[in-house]
Order: sequence, then structure tokens, then C-alpha cells
Amino acid sequence: MKRSWRNLLMLLAVFALAAAACGDSSESNDASEGGDDSGGEAMIGDGVNVGLTFDIGGRGDQSFNDSAAEGIDRAESDFGISFTEAEPNEDGSNRAELLQLQADQSDLVVAVGFLFAEDVRAAAGDNADTNFAVIDDAMLDFDNGAVPWADNIAGLTFAEEQGSFLVGAAAALKSETGTIGFIGGVGGFGLIEKFEAGYTAGAQAVNPDIVVIPQYITQAPDFDGFFAADRAREIALTMYGQDADIIYHAAGGSGAGLFEAAKEQSESSGSKVWAIGVDSDQFNTVSEDVQEFILTSMLKRVDVAVVEVTDAHLNGNFEAGNTVYDLSVDGVGYSTSGGFVDDIVPQLEEFKEQIIAGDIVVPTEP
Amino acid sequence: MTNPLVRRIGLALAAPALAAVFAVVVSAIVLELSGSNSIDTFGTILSNGFQLETFVDTLNRATPLFLAGVAAAIGFRMNLFNIGVEGQYILAAFAAAVVGAELNRFALPGFLHTLAIVATAMFVGAVWAGLSGLLKVTRGINEVISTIMLNFVATGGIVAALLPKVITDPTAPNQGTETIAERAWLPDLNGVAEVVTREIGRGRELTGVFLIAVVVAIAYHVGVNRTVFGFDLRSSGMNPFAAFAGGVQPKKMVFLSMVLSGVVAGLVGMPEILSDNHAYDQGFVQGLGFGGIAIALLGRNSALGMTFAALLFGFLDSSSAVLQVQASASAEIVRIMQATFLLAAVVAFEFVNRIRQRDEVARASAATETPNGPTPSIEGASA
Repeated sequence: MKRSWRNLLMLLAVFALAAAACGDSSESNDASEGGDDSGGEAMIGDGVNVGLTFDIGGRGDQSFNDSAAEGIDRAESDFGISFTEAEPNEDGSNRAELLQLQADQSDLVVAVGFLFAEDVRAAAGDNADTNFAVIDDAMLDFDNGAVPWADNIAGLTFAEEQGSFLVGAAAALKSETGTIGFIGGVGGFGLIEKFEAGYTAGAQAVNPDIVVIPQYITQAPDFDGFFAADRAREIALTMYGQDADIIYHAAGGSGAGLFEAAKEQSESSGSKVWAIGVDSDQFNTVSEDVQEFILTSMLKRVDVAVVEVTDAHLNGNFEAGNTVYDLSVDGVGYSTSGGFVDDIVPQLEEFKEQIIAGDIVVPTEP
Repeated sequence: MTNPLVRRIGLALAAPALAAVFAVVVSAIVLELSGSNSIDTFGTILSNGFQLETFVDTLNRATPLFLAGVAAAIGFRMNLFNIGVEGQYILAAFAAAVVGAELNRFALPGFLHTLAIVATAMFVGAVWAGLSGLLKVTRGINEVISTIMLNFVATGGIVAALLPKVITDPTAPNQGTETIAERAWLPDLNGVAEVVTREIGRGRELTGVFLIAVVVAIAYHVGVNRTVFGFDLRSSGMNPFAAFAGGVQPKKMVFLSMVLSGVVAGLVGMPEILSDNHAYDQGFVQGLGFGGIAIALLGRNSALGMTFAALLFGFLDSSSAVLQVQASASAEIVRIMQATFLLAAVVAFEFVNRIRQRDEVARASAATETPNGPTPSIEGASA
């Protein structure tokens, strides 16, 4: 039932978009003509097409997919490539066909999300001339000594625990109550636990006595936890009620509920509480009235990965197998928009250097 | 005066035709508003639609949609709203994947392995749907509520709690059950199809579950229209009191039709388990149960109607990829077409039904008209 409501909402959203979309469509036209617009200047990406394949949600999700979209837009203007973008059916049943069609007309296919992993292996076998990159999956054959599946398959992953460590440290430095919270979207499949582990470790590095309250909205395979702003709001209000004054979320679209709760709690109790965003710089994606409650965001730079892999492809440096985007290449990080963490940046930078140098090893399991 | 037969056939075709025109017009408007060329877009849909590989895609997608439609329709036929096909098929597929993986360790012939998987799915689907039936006949709990609740219990509760216990590799991003041994996979039907077509390319495989769907279609049609059970089912749906007076036990019918609905629902996930992925993981196709409700509505609960509805939705689904990649239209256009088809069909069927009723009244009054007497009153017509 919930799903069909979501469908309905999506439909309404589409109508709303359609009504106001003239700007939108001209943008996509630009995309296909990007190569010609650069005039006389020859660019390295002229004539190269990249097939960006989103996961469900596509461009405009203000999170993961949008970050990839930002990367491809930058690659377009920096290198002069053209690109085609596509997303699967809502039930995710046509990933394989999408990849195949993309491969027909692209030199590089970037698939956003680990659910593409298996279909990429099949498509890469049929299209030896096309390079494939999957975001969030290592794309290694672990049964045979962790070798790449094929010469034209790369896996781009992120050291989420390192970025989470830094925002955990920021939370501990800023907390007045000595209690902080963590809201995970979906537990039980390993990915979100990485965020929790890093966050807790970062907080404890600052204050060994800090209390961290973790809670997950749903357990896999129920992925509604990434779309349940109402439940995130309830959980956040409970945590604030338990004396937490800063809550970090790794819950996709549910984060909106956390931001709302931070505002509500601050207004009703009179003492300011904070929220920490995830994936993109959420200070810039939320509405203005909740901006002032976003302390910082843990940045997962999918855009960096997209630009880098495009760059590597254009320069003939495409590397099969796993590339981890960690602090050392700014693949993860924290945001400073709003200026709320400006006073603790030196401490955070110090932690960052210690992690890069290997003096601090951030755990990946709580 | 038109030939009544021609008129009847014309009316039967009018509703879907009206719906199609309406859906195309609405989609064209949305396309133009969003800055795409609607003619080009429909051209892409059509030219893609005439490729053999698209036929295969369409059939592959129509197969589970049709099965879900039948599962919903069995309930609809007797005014039972089984909203729980979603939870029933997901739970059934999960159980079937687990049993299938466990059986990897035993030496047994492939067809027994397959049979055990299918039987598990049908059994679990039946139990889960039967639970709602039982709640209704023993406690009078509305099946709409219980099936919705059991959807959550199935996906958010049982599968969520058990999946971590059966995953093979806890470090893999996409965790799922162990892949079922190849001996249990259903062979694809490419060889059969290629007797009449050219070779099917691009790695497409026509799922063997398609045959199961054909069997279900025939069984459903015959069962509903030609058996005592089917008669009881339909009469309970049309008028439960009259059926009761005629000796039909309503409680038994409610329970049995829920169980049957669940049996068919159990088959919905089989293309994924037996043909496509051979495991239950996070990419498992969801939403087919709700799709099935749309198919049953669009196909008016008839085997033939649902076949067309499933093929239509399957075709539109398989157009989504090519629309985005080649015509740079958004994926949502396919959703809009499906939704407007559904909406338009409901309205058009009602409209055509009215015309049909008026025809019938006119015919009845013509038949009762005596050649030389005065025209009998047609009060009945206005009632």
C-alpha cells in the first residue's frame, strides 16, 4: 500500500515538474549537444559519450543520484563529453536492458549503485569495447583472490566510516549534553553500519565517555527506511527527549524528518539542538527554515568518483577493479556550509591527517 | 439498423480503444509540456516494439504481472479484496529461494529440485493468504485490513528477520541467499520460440515460467467458467445471499478462494527464482503484487482481458529503457501512460456498459412488443 502511495506521489510530482519543466528540458538538450557548444576549442572528451545509469529515484533525489548527476555535469563542462542518463523502472526489473542500451552508444557506462553489479558483469562481457564503472561495489571476484571481474569493469567505493568519523568528532566537540544520536535508514546489510561505526569512533576519540544512541528505521530487505521521514522524525524527537543534542542520519530521504524534528525540538524547548546530514551538503538542499539546524554533513563525493573515472577513461588510465575514495583523495569529507563548525575545523583537520597517515584506523563495524 | 452482432463486438472493442486513445493523448500532452517531441517518442516506442528482443522482454515482464493479476482476480470474483498479493509472493519467493538453496546439498534430480521450489512457493503463498481467509471466516476481520497488515509482517518482519540468517556473504553489498544449483533452473524457451522466429539475441531469455502462466490462464478460465466451484465463486460474488440460499457455504468459499489466490500469488516470484536471478537478494523485484491489482482491474478479471492487460503493461515497461536512452524522455512517461490507461479503462468500461444496458432494454422491449397490440409500457427501462 505504501508503495502505491509513493507511486501516486511520484505521479503528482511528475505533473508538477511537467508544468514547470521548460528549463529542465532545455538542460537535457544542452546535454546532448554539449560537445558542439564548446565552439572551436577542442576538448579531450569531444565525441565521447558517457552513459550514466542512475538507480531508482534518478536525477533530482537530492542525494546519491544527484551527486552523480553533479559529477557528470562537471565532466561535461570540464572535458566536453556528452552523456545520456537513464533510470530503471520502479520495481527495478530492467537494469540489464538499460545497461545494454547505454553500452550501445557509450564508451563509458557509469552505474550508480551496487544493485547494478551483476548486470554490469553480463553487459561488460557482451561489450568488450565499453568500460563500466559501478558505484558502491568493489566489483572484485572475491572467490578467486579478489581480482577484477574483467578488464573493463571498475568498482568505485567510499570510505564512509572515515567521513563519519569526522562528523562524529564534530558532534562530540559541539555536544553540551554528552549524548548524541545516530539514525540509520536500513540496518542489517552492512553498509549503514559503517556510518555508525565511524561516527561512534570519532565521537569517542574526542570524549571517551560520550553516550551514542543508535537506531535503525527498518531492517533489510525492507528498504522503506530510506523513504520514511515521518518515522525518522519520531525517532529523532525521542532521542532529543533522551537528552541527545546532536543527531547524525544515514537514512537517505528520511533525513528530512530529522531536520524537521531538530527545528521542532529547538523551538519547543528553547535550547538549540542539531542535526548532521549525509552524502551531499544538505545545508544546500534543504529548505531555508531548517538550514540553521544542520551542523555539518558527511560528504560522500559520488561526483568526485564520476569525474575521476571519466578523466581516467579519457586519458587511457581506466583501472579495472576496486578504487576506494577516502579522505586522502577527498572522496569523503565534511561540509562547512553555515559556518557552524568553523571554530573546530583545526581539530577536525588534525583527525583527518591522522586518518590519512594511518595513525587512526577507523573501524567499519560497530 | 446495424447488425446486432457487429454492434456487440464493436462495443466490446470500444472500451479498450477509447482508453488507449485517452492514454495516448494525455501522454502526448505531458510529453509536449515537458519539452519532448511526442511524435518522436511514440515513434521510438513503436520501432522498439517491433523488435524480437522487445517481444521477449514484454513476455518476460507480462508473465509475473499476469500471475499477480490472476491471484488478485480470484478474490475479486467473489468481492474479496486480496491486497496482500505483494506480501504473499515476496514471502513465497523468499521461502522458495531458501529451500532451493538448502536442497543444493542433496543429490536429487533437477526436476524434483524445481518441483520442490515451486511447491514451496505455492504452499507459502497459500498459507499466507489463507491466514487472512481464516481471520475473516472465524473472526470477521476484513480481508483488506488483514492482507495489508500481513504485507508488512511478511516483508518488514519475517523476510527482514530471516534474511540475515541465510545470506551467503555478509560483506557483499548485495546480500542474498545462496544461488540455486543449475539443475533446478527452468530452461528458457528461446529454442521453442526460435522455431518460428529468428535467433533471439542480446542475451534475452524467454522465461520458462511463461508456460506455467499459460497453464494458470487456462485453469483459471475453465475453473471460473466451467466448474461448480467457479459457479459458486461467481454467484457468491454477485449475490452472496442468493448463493447462500442456493446452498453455497460462504465461509468455505471465502477461505478456499483466499487459499487459491495465495497459491497463484506464490508463483509470481518464480521467474526471478527459476529463470533470472536464482536467488533472493536486495534486487528482488518488488511491487508486482500491486501491479497485479491493476492488471485485474484493467482486464476485468477475465483470463483474456488480463492477458492483454499484462502484455500492455509489460510492453510499456520494456519501452522505458529505450525511451530514456534513445529518445531522452523521462522514465515517468511510462508510468503516466500506465496510470492513464487504467483510469481511462475504468471510465470507458462504465460508459460502454451503460450503452450495452440500454441496448439490452431496447431489445427486451422489442421482443415483448406484440405485433398488433399497443406498445407495452417500458417502465422497466427507466428503473
